[in-house]
Amino acid sequence: MAKQMPPVDVVLVGGGWTGSVIGKELAAAGQRVVVLERGQPRWTSPDFQAPGVRDELKFTRRNELHQNTASETYTFRNRTDEVALPMRRWQFAYPGNHLGGAGVHWSGAYYRWDPAEFKIRSHYTQRYGARIFTDDITAQDWPLTYDELEPYFDRFDRLVGASGQAGNLKGVIQPGGNPFEPWRSNPYPNPPMKLPHAPALFGEAAEKLGYHPYIQPSALSTRPYVNSEGLQMNSCVYCGFCSNFGCEQFAKASPQVCILPAALKLPTFELRTGAHVLRVELDKDRKTARGVTYVDAAGVETFQPAEVVFLCTFAINNTRLLLLSGIGTPYDPATGKGVAGRNYTHQTSSGVGLFFDESTHINPFMGAGAVAVTMDDFCTDNFDHGPHGFVGGGYIQIQVVSGAPINNRPTPPGTPAWGSAWKKAAKRYYNHSIPITITASNLPVRGGYLSLDPTYTDAFGLPLLRITYDFPDNDIKLSAFLTQKGTEIGRAMRGVQLAVGAPRTKPYSVTGYQSSHINGGAAIGADPATSVVNRFGQCWDVPNVFVTGAALFPQNSCYNPTGTIGALAYWTADAIKRDYVHAPGRLIA
Amino acid sequence: MDGDLRRPPYRRIFLKQIAAVVSAAPLAATTAPVASAQNASTAQAADVNASIGQSSLPTAWLFFNLDEARTADAVVARLIPADDNGPGAREAGVVVFLDRQLAGAWGHGDHFYRHSPFLPGTPQQGYQLAFTPAEMFRLGLAKLDENARKLRGSGFADLTEQQQDELLAQAQEGKLDFGTLPSATFFGSLVDVTMEGFFSDPIYGGNRDKIGWKLVGFPGVHASYANDIERHGVKWSRAPASIADVA
Repeated sequence: MAKQMPPVDVVLVGGGWTGSVIGKELAAAGQRVVVLERGQPRWTSPDFQAPGVRDELKFTRRNELHQNTASETYTFRNRTDEVALPMRRWQFAYPGNHLGGAGVHWSGAYYRWDPAEFKIRSHYTQRYGARIFTDDITAQDWPLTYDELEPYFDRFDRLVGASGQAGNLKGVIQPGGNPFEPWRSNPYPNPPMKLPHAPALFGEAAEKLGYHPYIQPSALSTRPYVNSEGLQMNSCVYCGFCSNFGCEQFAKASPQVCILPAALKLPTFELRTGAHVLRVELDKDRKTARGVTYVDAAGVETFQPAEVVFLCTFAINNTRLLLLSGIGTPYDPATGKGVAGRNYTHQTSSGVGLFFDESTHINPFMGAGAVAVTMDDFCTDNFDHGPHGFVGGGYIQIQVVSGAPINNRPTPPGTPAWGSAWKKAAKRYYNHSIPITITASNLPVRGGYLSLDPTYTDAFGLPLLRITYDFPDNDIKLSAFLTQKGTEIGRAMRGVQLAVGAPRTKPYSVTGYQSSHINGGAAIGADPATSVVNRFGQCWDVPNVFVTGAALFPQNSCYNPTGTIGALAYWTADAIKRDYVHAPGRLIA
Repeated sequence: MDGDLRRPPYRRIFLKQIAAVVSAAPLAATTAPVASAQNASTAQAADVNASIGQSSLPTAWLFFNLDEARTADAVVARLIPADDNGPGAREAGVVVFLDRQLAGAWGHGDHFYRHSPFLPGTPQQGYQLAFTPAEMFRLGLAKLDENARKLRGSGFADLTEQQQDELLAQAQEGKLDFGTLPSATFFGSLVDVTMEGFFSDPIYGGNRDKIGWKLVGFPGVHASYANDIERHGVKWSRAPASIADVA
């Protein structure tokens, strides 16, 4: 018999961005809220303070803030006729752990998805004909539009202290911004990031070639800023310990910096750490959730009754919780029927290694997760896809993330991996090399999906999530195209002696980092036959269970997910306050 | 720094001392076995330190036995050698870093999913062996030494640099027989962890005197670049700082 906790109105599984945003909104509206966070409580002060936080070995190499693969990982195979095997340590992505989740160790690259991406199937079909989608592609329209989400994007901008130069204010193109930007109702709350050397060189070359480079928007504050919750953020100091690290400076937006201190002041809001949720408990009719069962930090199985359950864990971990709880019919790739686990995607990333003459000092250690000059000329449908025959796009940029040298020690192709020749090249190129990075969209395929593994289990004896995926040819063509464009820009840059493009190739592999943007399995949609949740993230089959985050993405954009995830969280919270509380347990129309 | 290690003299001294220990041990064993074992061990540790060319190495190791420490040190000295571009992994104390890492949580697989079954996978599925880092290094160093003896007639640490490099290249290409451990897998880990030891913060025992950071020009944990980041193309010339320097 599990230990029983007093009932609450709302339980949220996961103390990251969406759990914090929705939890705070509903607690402020008078709902009794508890957020269950499986990890430890870790705060900017004292946990992420310098100099201790500036430790590449601890945070990047030893996965200090990442989900611990020893207790929970994913299994992977390319095809259904292979046996999936566990990722015994992280290489392909860094799922988050501990309070704030991946919202602590992220880079802060801050985007809104393009309006065309919300209606990907109909948009491309209308412009190019239905045959631009090959038969294997299961991409589908969202059941909501960019215009509907815009006020919520705006709201999340002011929570995270977004930095950037508006490119499109209410449809009017603004000088200095991104001319391809989706329209926005307000300027960014803070000015753009500073401009490091290598991104400046990239921008100069891209402009010369007729493109439209701009400074990447970020969720790193560029000046002292009091956010929409009345919380103080400080200026980024470009310390170069950003991606994979907590920010000592209160500059990188995180739930700890931007919202949890405000939520914790509410008497209706409780944060419970060390609470690892195993499953959602359903009534006998399996149409209503009673609450969730978790294991507390001491190992005691505990039942938390609640009227409404929100799944707010890292990305595809929400899909696993649905499958473990028996919510949504599991997807079957043989028949194409079923929805839970359908439409897994990741990212089609590639790069161009650039090697400069010795008078070009890059200073790669002066940087931040999201300080970049980027260009959207080849994003989404900003260019004519007709001649190319593929769907999607990607941004091309130079970003100065980190000079920490365990991971960042570029050498030209052909350099030995060790010995004096390696050492000479490492010394020669450390300050004279940086890659162009290309981040492209990724489409779901009929044979690619998430399911429970039949063999491997987590620390609690529950099946791991199994990923079955390989890239569609569509994305391989896309990557070849973008990488060629990137290589041309690299060759046009001042000081570059060698530019080496490396497009993404098949097969999809989990042995190299691609991005931490792993998505899908709980697709948002208008049709219960092809989606798990409706336009408010509400489960078709169990209407008092809501899902948030990237598990909802029916396919992946080239744009980083957090901006869209934050907007969706506010959108869902609003629907609960406006409609759901008046008709609990019903599907919101 | 001591970029020009006078290695041949070190090796001669070392070999002499080893010989002395080996010849003394049987005699001592007849009288006071426990004490003599300890003495021999201390003497050997001192020899390992001498061969490493540093005075501040521990005489006690957390993970390695003396043979392993000696082999590991010889290996890292070839992976990142002292040469015209300055001191290498031996001088940076990378063997101390390895010893501490392998003795600690990471070495014992604190972030390593270790449930069976262990099946051979596709290259895309990544590492699928059961070895923790500690187990892999224990076996791998022993097998490297075994191969050295079999193929070249003496332990790895006693080979010439050219012979050592040849053997390492064979391991890298997967051509050595390490039993259950593919030599290329072990070699890949060796390089990874050696680079970690050479470039991580000196608080972990490697990167002594910031040798690794100085090689490439990484400044360590400097507080802020807000006033420098827009000074384009200006080379950064301040000395690097470690966590311990500013804590």
